[in-house]
Amino acid sequence: MTILYAILIAPFADFEFMRRALAGTFALAFGSAPIGVFLMLRRMSLIGDAMAHAILPGAAIGFLLSGLSVFAMAGGGLIAGFIVAVGAGVIARTTELKEDASLAAFFLVSLALGVTIVSVGGTNIDLLHFLFGTVLALDNQTLLLIVSITTMSLFALALIWRPLVLESVDPNFLRSVSRAGGPAHIAFMTLVVMNLVGGFHALGTLLAVGNMMLPAVVARFWARDITMMIVIAVATAAVSGYAGLLVSYYSAIPSGPAVILVAGVLYAMSVVFGPVGGVIWHAFPGKHLEA
Amino acid sequence: MLTRRQAVFAMTAATLLIGSPPAMAQTRLKVVASFSILADLVKNVGGDKIEVSALVGPNGDAHVFSPSPADAKTVAAAKVMVVNGLGLEGWMTRLVQASGSKAPMVVATTGIKPRNMEEDGKQQIDPHAWQSIANAKVYVANIRDGLSKADPPNADAYAANAAAYLVRLDALEGEVKAAIARIPADHRKIITTHDAFGYFGAAYGMAFISPEGVSTDSEPSAKEVARIITQIKVQKIPAVFMENISDPRLMQQISRETGAKIGGTLYSDALSDQKGPAASYIEMMHNNIRQLSIALMS
Repeated sequence: MTILYAILIAPFADFEFMRRALAGTFALAFGSAPIGVFLMLRRMSLIGDAMAHAILPGAAIGFLLSGLSVFAMAGGGLIAGFIVAVGAGVIARTTELKEDASLAAFFLVSLALGVTIVSVGGTNIDLLHFLFGTVLALDNQTLLLIVSITTMSLFALALIWRPLVLESVDPNFLRSVSRAGGPAHIAFMTLVVMNLVGGFHALGTLLAVGNMMLPAVVARFWARDITMMIVIAVATAAVSGYAGLLVSYYSAIPSGPAVILVAGVLYAMSVVFGPVGGVIWHAFPGKHLEA
Repeated sequence: MLTRRQAVFAMTAATLLIGSPPAMAQTRLKVVASFSILADLVKNVGGDKIEVSALVGPNGDAHVFSPSPADAKTVAAAKVMVVNGLGLEGWMTRLVQASGSKAPMVVATTGIKPRNMEEDGKQQIDPHAWQSIANAKVYVANIRDGLSKADPPNADAYAANAAAYLVRLDALEGEVKAAIARIPADHRKIITTHDAFGYFGAAYGMAFISPEGVSTDSEPSAKEVARIITQIKVQKIPAVFMENISDPRLMQQISRETGAKIGGTLYSDALSDQKGPAASYIEMMHNNIRQLSIALMS
């Protein structure tokens, strides 16, 4: 028992930064893993990486207005990310263009704009590097930010749950019975941007994007039902966070990559053993019931 | 339309215009020092009789300097060379040979008893002798003798300048010792990634402890952070000066968890530019002792 305690609990009991990191990853798990599930179902799994670039012009304008202030830069990034996400969503709904293509167009233009603003401003500081945090350095303010974003996300998801689920699986049906699809979509994109930008600021891009998408992909192999999928995704994100921090504590692998690598191992295992479309279940599908 | 010949002519003319050197007074002795701190000492001894330039300028790193053709030209024009020695300027011999310079070379650390330092697990001679003011006085004497030998008519001026500067260095050493004395004895230790303060620590009774197992300036692992925190707690270190941990929030977390203060910028191997806090040797020592005092007095 004492050995188990020393290995599994003691690092968190001894070091405050480990407790803070754990709290941060858990909060992130509850907020962004459900969003990751919806993103996956809507085939928007790569939006996180696009968003990491799309926020540059906002961060740059924030920097020009008030110098190296994390608050101004994160605020600017949030606005830029919001414009890109909602703009792409609106164009995808009103034109023939698919959402991923319109998002690609928006984020590339945004990135170019950001690089231009940075060079006009005459700085060679890597603004994004400055803006992106690390999980080992969560102060009270940053923790509070993640937790409030998570809380808002959960309430908002509960509110738009039905139209969002319908829209994700059968948008045409939803359009025929209700007009809630559009507002739900915009609200959802807002949540995506909030979670991503908050996550970048607190934990860095890799951890924010990785712990949003990988648990969702893992969950896809274990459940067909969307509610179960979300439960599994949240659990996967939390377990990866805990195990990843321990790996980083014992092996000297940087913490962000360690957490994502643990999630990656879970993903590999799910690909092989997952009961919903995993490799083994595909090869040996079992008997079909016959009449 | 511009022809190619015209274009070449225009460019040549422009180059000549930009590149033509301003007319210079012939009487000044041209001295080249290897790095900025040395150049400042040379300037104080030579005064207006010499014209000194540093190969490695302010904020530059003399350890990893790679000379350019322009530097070889500077060296070739020098009448006196001043180097630190003790293995600091590994590139100097080759540069001097390549430039064909016949100028006499003054080794400023001549007569100083070198300390050893550990680098990558091996014992090496520590070249950062100037961090002790007693050694800096030896530097000044060596520079004075070297300049006088190369330029005998001005020997009296060099002797007078050096004497005046030595008085200032004595005063500086008194200030440093007084400042250290004001810090409680059990507070005279910091963790730092700088490895240049061996002579300073030995001369003035200050422990500069290097953090264990911190190898990178990329994203740190939980293991490294935990190790630093444990070390600070166990050794009861009151302040950390670690500039190569790039994320300021991480420094704050370490500081919050251990109660150790975060120190400011220490200058060790190079001066700052003219606007900076360490534009000369004396200002550099003032800056460092001020930063140490701020962090350790509590």
